[in-house]
Amino acid sequence: MSKIHINVSINDDNIEYLCNPEDTVLDILRDNLRLTGTKEGCGTGDCGACSIILDDKLVCSCLVLAAEVEGSKIFTIEGMANENELHPLQKKFLEHAALQCGICTPGILIAAKALLEKNSNPTETEVRYWLAGNLCRCTGYDKIIRAVLDAAAEMRS
Amino acid sequence: MVKVKIWGSLRNAAGGTDQVCIDGRNFKELLDNLKIKYPGLKPQIERGVSLAIDGKIYKESWFIPVNEDSEVVLMPYMIGG
Amino acid sequence: MTSQGNKTNRQFNVVGTRPVRPDGIDKVTGKALYGADLYSPNMLVGKMLRINEPHALIKSIDTSKAEQLPGVKSVITFKDFLSVDTNKNNDIIENCIANKKVLYDGHAIAAVAAINLNIAEKALKLIEFQLDKLPFVIDIDKAMEKDSPVVQAGRKNENVPNGFSDNVNSFCSFGHGNLEDGFKKAERIVEKSFKTPSVHQGYIEPHACLASMTLDGKADLWCCTQGQYNVRSICADIMGIETSQLRVTASEIGGGFGGKTTVFIEPIALALSLKSGQPVKIVMTREEVFKATGPTVSSLVDIKMGMSKDGLITAAHAIIRYEGGAFPNEIYELGAQSAFAAYDLKAVRSEGFNILTNRPLQAAYRAPGAPQAIFAVESTVDELCQKLNLDPLEVRLKNAAKKGTTASYGPTFDDIGLIATLEAAQEHPHYKSTLGPNQGRGLSCGFWFNFGGNTCVSLNINFDGTVCIVEGNPDIGGSRASISQMAAEELDIPLNKIRTVIADTNSLGHNDVTDGSRVTFAVGLATIKAAKAAKKEMCKRAAKLWNIDEEAVIWKDGHVLPAGANAGIHDPLSLKEIAAISAQTGGPISGHHEVNAEGAGVSFGVHLVDVEVDPETGHTKILRYTVFQDAGKAVHPSYVEGQMQGGSVQGIGWALNEEYIYDQDGKLLNPGFLDYRIPVASDLPMIDPVILEIPNPGHPYGVRGVGETSIVPPLAAICNAVSRATEIRFTELPLSPPKVLSAILKNQ
Repeated sequence: MSKIHINVSINDDNIEYLCNPEDTVLDILRDNLRLTGTKEGCGTGDCGACSIILDDKLVCSCLVLAAEVEGSKIFTIEGMANENELHPLQKKFLEHAALQCGICTPGILIAAKALLEKNSNPTETEVRYWLAGNLCRCTGYDKIIRAVLDAAAEMRS
Repeated sequence: MVKVKIWGSLRNAAGGTDQVCIDGRNFKELLDNLKIKYPGLKPQIERGVSLAIDGKIYKESWFIPVNEDSEVVLMPYMIGG
Repeated sequence: MTSQGNKTNRQFNVVGTRPVRPDGIDKVTGKALYGADLYSPNMLVGKMLRINEPHALIKSIDTSKAEQLPGVKSVITFKDFLSVDTNKNNDIIENCIANKKVLYDGHAIAAVAAINLNIAEKALKLIEFQLDKLPFVIDIDKAMEKDSPVVQAGRKNENVPNGFSDNVNSFCSFGHGNLEDGFKKAERIVEKSFKTPSVHQGYIEPHACLASMTLDGKADLWCCTQGQYNVRSICADIMGIETSQLRVTASEIGGGFGGKTTVFIEPIALALSLKSGQPVKIVMTREEVFKATGPTVSSLVDIKMGMSKDGLITAAHAIIRYEGGAFPNEIYELGAQSAFAAYDLKAVRSEGFNILTNRPLQAAYRAPGAPQAIFAVESTVDELCQKLNLDPLEVRLKNAAKKGTTASYGPTFDDIGLIATLEAAQEHPHYKSTLGPNQGRGLSCGFWFNFGGNTCVSLNINFDGTVCIVEGNPDIGGSRASISQMAAEELDIPLNKIRTVIADTNSLGHNDVTDGSRVTFAVGLATIKAAKAAKKEMCKRAAKLWNIDEEAVIWKDGHVLPAGANAGIHDPLSLKEIAAISAQTGGPISGHHEVNAEGAGVSFGVHLVDVEVDPETGHTKILRYTVFQDAGKAVHPSYVEGQMQGGSVQGIGWALNEEYIYDQDGKLLNPGFLDYRIPVASDLPMIDPVILEIPNPGHPYGVRGVGETSIVPPLAAICNAVSRATEIRFTELPLSPPKVLSAILKNQ
């Protein structure tokens, strides 16, 4: 079977790629487009390390087929910083030491960004439940939650 | 002569006591002499052992000196994660 | 988040602050390269054929059809690995790829390298094999019985008592004093058996590597690992090449916790690369990680302990049985030694057995062996406190190990921080707060040995006065920051003038694995000494310039200056100024240090937890969690807190939800994050870290290792809390809701 041709916008760039029917968006991002910031932790949508924003929705890119995003808008960790300036979430993660090994960090940042775009003043509980789909094994989540709440406060002011 | 404490399951191989007297001015000499005097300890020593000298655990430092009145304890080889 | 008890006189400028870590931007922007993030020209994809049986004889493997599939460039089996020198490495390679028997569910028997994943997967299906299924054993008790199926014959050590199957391959015992007399003195004796399941380190990054090996025996290997030098030693031995010819580069690592201190795919990738003549990349799936990497030992621990009316432990006996999979390991020794380490006991004995089973070979997991044993001990102490109506903290204080205590594992303790952490816990508002219905409070001590180990650091001063540090330990928790801080402190220059990088195996001498809580201690120590050596050289240069004796020049506040008026009047020169003339005064200036560091002190911690157990669902909610630990000197307090919090949460998962679940055919039922349930953000409250600083005399800044101890206390702390909340004494982990509910209902 020949490959499928897809046009999509990724971090505001117009991108074309060819994919196999069984390829996921995660496969294409990493193996074809070399956007390796999005990580594979499980391949089954359980860990959130592959989180991206697809047409304004937070999704696991390992659960979306590469063939089904024709014409869509995708946003990954590589698009989070604004040319020369880090996003407030990224800054707060660094300030609060909210990462240790850093493998879950891109997924969590994307997820947190999606949250703050929906709810600019979440409570601690709301942040914890929103991020329940993003596994972290190093930090115990404490500093991550603090960083998100602090970034939310800064973005509100 | 230095007194070396032997751990429980090795005591049979060390003549039935929990402490032996052995010659040696450093980590290596003690272990070499233990192997000679108590051949039953050889397999364990060759699998790997550490020594605690006066409360400090030395994984494998041959030339750490040992005094006659040092407390020396034979310990399993240390590993971590 | 507080710091207490700083007994050092030294005032630090950079050490003890919280700068942003140097690799931070790379990690928050997705730029950092982890194991699976490297792609090389002409690269092949490697996949392994894994067998879904726990125990089977391999009668034949025929790879010819796979080899002929277009796009397949190499196929290997165990036959491709025949030149292994050491027993240990032989076990490692056999654990990666089966020799004569399939020994655990998920054990590989062959591997292929192909031009893409699709073809590699097709090729696996073309490999034909014949197996004779064998009776298997995965439980400790069954494996010990004389008539048990034997996992591997001929592995029994000389120290194993009679009466057990060949699966019992090793035995040890420690202790001193007269147990019988001790038990006679007890007011109450508790005898209980405890059970913990196998759990996995649960790092979010699956193992990945990219190997390139050519016919002249040279090889390059990129992999996510806690120890690139260890990978080099193991793989060079397995591949039959010199260590100098294998260059291993450690990628950024997405978690390890001990599970990445060995190899599972690297020799496979090297062999596939050698045979195909092309680089080969292997990335494990999550299922492969659970099935075929190194989970912890599972345990059965029997404890008998006696306590006097006023809370003195009069005698204590532990029998520890660990299984760590199909190959021998020494974790049972660490368990037996650490079990009673927190206590000053006159009569104590701990015995340890290692048992082989049809499971994958275990790997270390943060303080390996200690959590399981200490869970059993601390639960028993707690039960005795309940039965004698004594305060659990007071009892710990009464029996606590201190300077001069003969440890249960033999040596006499020097200065240790246990009493200080217990007192800190006792004074903390957490301990005094009140509890409501269905709520309980648990506490536990924790202990770990901590290591030094082989370490090399090179510190190079650039012509512009900036500094490049080369060290050899992968950064798993922020160590680049701490190392840079210690160098900045020693050299008296701003932190942003320093860049610390992690060397590949060709660029620096051997460094032991990042484990044993050793990096801040040992690499820090070597960095400080390298900095001192560089300072000495800078003093030498100034002496030459000023035409005075080397001894007449000193270093002070980031400058070289004459030691006194006798040496003459010379303006001090800053590091930057000396660096600027280094070419003219003898050449580039550097300092280096190589050592097998000793003197890492043991560390103790205390955890307090409040829980609420829902009597209708058996679900345990963590209400409040406080961690007390002695760090000696917290170089970067945020990262010390991070270790304390992270280890605690892993222990919480171990206590409440995590376990390897096998079916009756010896196959793993939950090799994925859905059913292997690690803690998520919504399971937890904030974890409150209290850092104590009782300086370690073995380190120039007083640093103690902290990375591992924090996984030890949570198991018993939570079990004690749940036991008190429900008034049922639990002895088996995890305390998952169905198990707790069933016990609650039975108790009604």
